[in-house]
Amino acid sequence: MNIYDIIFYLFAAITLVSGFFVVSTKNIVHAGFYLLFTLFGVAGLYVLLGADFIAIVQLLVYVGGILILLLFGVMLTNKITSVDLRSGTSYIIPAVIGVGILWGALTAVLFKTSWRSKAPSGMDPTTSEIGRLLITDYVLVFELLGILLLVALIGAASIARRDKE
Amino acid sequence: MIEVGLTHFLIVSSALFSFGIYGIITRKNAVMVLMGIELILNAANINFVAFSRYLNLGLSGQVAALFVIILAAAEAAIALAIVLNIYKTFDHVNVDEIEKLKE
Amino acid sequence: MQEITFLQLSITVLFLPLLSFLIVILYGKKFPKLYLLETGSIILGFALSVLLMIFKISQQLNNTLSFNMTWIDFGNVPMLGHLKIELGIMLDNVTVLMLFVVYLISMLVHIFSLEYMRGDRLYNRYFAYLGLFTFSMLGIVLTDNLLMMYIFWELVGLSSYLLIGFWYEKKSASDAGKKAFIVNRVGDIGFFLGILIIFSAYNTFSFAKVFEQIGMGVLPFDSGAWLTAAGILIFMGAVGKSAQFPLHVWLPDAMEGPTPVSALIHAATMVAAGVYLVTRVFVMLTADAMLIIAVVGAFTSFVAATIALTQNDIKKVLAYSTVSQLGYMIMSLGVGAYAFAFFHLVTHAFFKACLFLGSGSVIHAMHHEQDIRNMGGLRKKLPITYLTFLISTLAISGVPLTSGFLSKDGILAGTLAFGSLTGHWLIPAFGFIVALMTAFYMFRLVIVTFHGVPKNKEKFDHAHESPFVMVMPLVVLSALSLFIWYTPLPHAPDAGWFISDWVKTPQTVVPENLRFDFMKSSAPGEINGEVVHSASYTEALHHAHYPAMALSLIVAGLGILLAFLMYQWKKIDPDLVAGKVKPLYDFSLNKWYIDEFYDAAVIKFTLKFSGFLAWFDNTIIDGIVNVSAVITRLASKIVDLFDIYIVDGFVNFSAFISGFIGLSFRRMQTGKVQTYLVFVVFSILILLIIINPF
Repeated sequence: MNIYDIIFYLFAAITLVSGFFVVSTKNIVHAGFYLLFTLFGVAGLYVLLGADFIAIVQLLVYVGGILILLLFGVMLTNKITSVDLRSGTSYIIPAVIGVGILWGALTAVLFKTSWRSKAPSGMDPTTSEIGRLLITDYVLVFELLGILLLVALIGAASIARRDKE
Repeated sequence: MIEVGLTHFLIVSSALFSFGIYGIITRKNAVMVLMGIELILNAANINFVAFSRYLNLGLSGQVAALFVIILAAAEAAIALAIVLNIYKTFDHVNVDEIEKLKE
Repeated sequence: MQEITFLQLSITVLFLPLLSFLIVILYGKKFPKLYLLETGSIILGFALSVLLMIFKISQQLNNTLSFNMTWIDFGNVPMLGHLKIELGIMLDNVTVLMLFVVYLISMLVHIFSLEYMRGDRLYNRYFAYLGLFTFSMLGIVLTDNLLMMYIFWELVGLSSYLLIGFWYEKKSASDAGKKAFIVNRVGDIGFFLGILIIFSAYNTFSFAKVFEQIGMGVLPFDSGAWLTAAGILIFMGAVGKSAQFPLHVWLPDAMEGPTPVSALIHAATMVAAGVYLVTRVFVMLTADAMLIIAVVGAFTSFVAATIALTQNDIKKVLAYSTVSQLGYMIMSLGVGAYAFAFFHLVTHAFFKACLFLGSGSVIHAMHHEQDIRNMGGLRKKLPITYLTFLISTLAISGVPLTSGFLSKDGILAGTLAFGSLTGHWLIPAFGFIVALMTAFYMFRLVIVTFHGVPKNKEKFDHAHESPFVMVMPLVVLSALSLFIWYTPLPHAPDAGWFISDWVKTPQTVVPENLRFDFMKSSAPGEINGEVVHSASYTEALHHAHYPAMALSLIVAGLGILLAFLMYQWKKIDPDLVAGKVKPLYDFSLNKWYIDEFYDAAVIKFTLKFSGFLAWFDNTIIDGIVNVSAVITRLASKIVDLFDIYIVDGFVNFSAFISGFIGLSFRRMQTGKVQTYLVFVVFSILILLIIINPF
């Protein structure tokens, strides 16, 4: 049991526990905060996997952008004056059964599969290599994603715009 | 206990995925549903990055994860705009009460 | 002049009145002056027909021009062979003369009507009808086949119905229109059957082709009797249109129409159509058919003349005199005096039109008084009308120097010749008696109307001579009643151009054994190849000429003398004579009770019979219908029950099944995204179980 394993279990626990709370708490604001921890945990797992750049992006984009956006959504779509920031639930029983079986099936597949794994590669910095890939092999996808983001931003602004009567 | 390897990461990600599915199904509030979707996306990202490290794929997995994050950002923006519109139309965002698809 | 020009000219002449009819009937309400267009087109047509006549007679005197085109080609029809219906125009001398007569009378009637009908509510429509009538009559004259003849024949019937019933607010007028139409239908049925016999036998309607085949010895159904039947049936059409006994009853009633219409219909056009038809089919008439035609004509002229003796309505006298004269023409055709029949048709058209228009003038002057007993002394008030009326009366009575003398004399000579050749002396006897009576009743009419003292002082004082447009036609027509237009010698009809050059009796095409004996080629004196009816007949005609002339002069003089004795000089009291032969007088006055007979025999019977039919309908047919209705209802009740319980049961069951299935599946369709996601999850699970990766 080395230090690497301990850190892995720590982050995995943070991720899963807070992830469980995200989907089980009824208070939406609480759920948002639990989601913050989940994302943080995932970022830690990235670091453990040697993906330093992805981990940083995870923190910047998810925690700094998407989460804030979600919280804005919560605030804008609930009457602030009303104390009830709770979300109702439905299909608890079928969801628990279905998801349980699904998870069981997934893990079964995981264990059954014979992964042609290799020895873990080193913990080298990846940023320059990813940057090179983005402007060589994946340049088309990269450009398309840029356009997609632009379109999404304009579209979101257009959809959410208050209608002028 | 055996040494932490690919399987450990995949188990974590599958659990996270299941939570996401559970959240999408059970929550009524549209923002909560969105959070479930984020969980699923993160589960997928963990898989990408894990495969990138433990399989012979180079850094492509990490690039894919990067793209997923960007997509998630775009998706979140659009989804929130839609949620705002739903709120304007129905005065709530409870997806189970929105049954327009039936028609 | 080219033949094509003849065609164009005759087509123009034919369709001018139709064109103006259409224009006037469509726009007459908007433009009240449109009747002038109608009259103008008739005048133009008249000018063209004169042109046509002059060219035809001067350039193509002995030719018959015909033009035809295929109307409908049925191709090869089983049982009939190649069936083709043709339209065509035939121009011979008779046609162009008839065209001229029709147009002249029509034009004069138009001009006369301008004044006579002035102020009538439907002034324009009246002229439109005149145009339609003229068109139909021209069609009859120009056609070269039986089918077109029949079509125009019916058009004449229709337009005469419209004209006779023109004052349809008057019940008697509309009744007269209907009567004319229905009585004509009776004759037309015969005509139609005759056409059918001809067509089924020869597969063509064309006169020329039919005659050609008869001439080659082809008979309908290989029997001479059928040819006779065809001739008589076609003649039935003429009986209807030319008002021969027993279908003459419509003509006197038709006097309910406006007087110019009477002049047009009853002098030159409609009634002449029947005679014209017989002249067209003359060459195919067998001996039996001709005898029947002669007898019908003679009897008609006799009946009508006896009736005319006692009538007091000025137009009724003229109407019966028309019937009588038509009988003359028919009789003349029957005895074979073809040329004289047509000659009389022309001369009669002029003087009878003049008489009718003259009576119109009198009636106009007397403010629609028609009873001659209320007239008298009009000579002084209406000098021109009187003079023209007198000339026409002289003509119809057969006084020398008039056209009537020539034509009547010819007919009487024809009957005498016929009598001498066949022994049927009754026909000339009828002819001369009728001539006597004609002279008598016509002069009675003239004397009572124009001579003596006025009976109705008030109306007499208001009477005045008619204006120019009414007098002019009278003058023209009476001038045409003089002999000079037809022959240079007043005693010899065949000395002139009309009989000897223009109108010739065509050679009959009937097989030898169906002709009269004197017409057989083996008869003595027959000259082969001569285009005349029969040489022996011509010979007899020649011999009969002077006796006939003498006799007719005597009877005409006798009739005129009698009329003067009774009505002018009052030597014989007419009432006394009437009292002496009271039954005969009443018989004549009541027109032989023919109308009453028809009323009792035909109309009453028809009504009774229709009553019976109505009863039959109401009880028997309706009974059957009702019973079948009950049965049907019963059956449908059973079917209904079957439907409700069995068929509907099946239907409802299947509906219930699909409804049930739909209901269970509808639950899945909640419209909630999350529900669908649940399905997705379970579907993945099922998929996993199926592919079984473990």
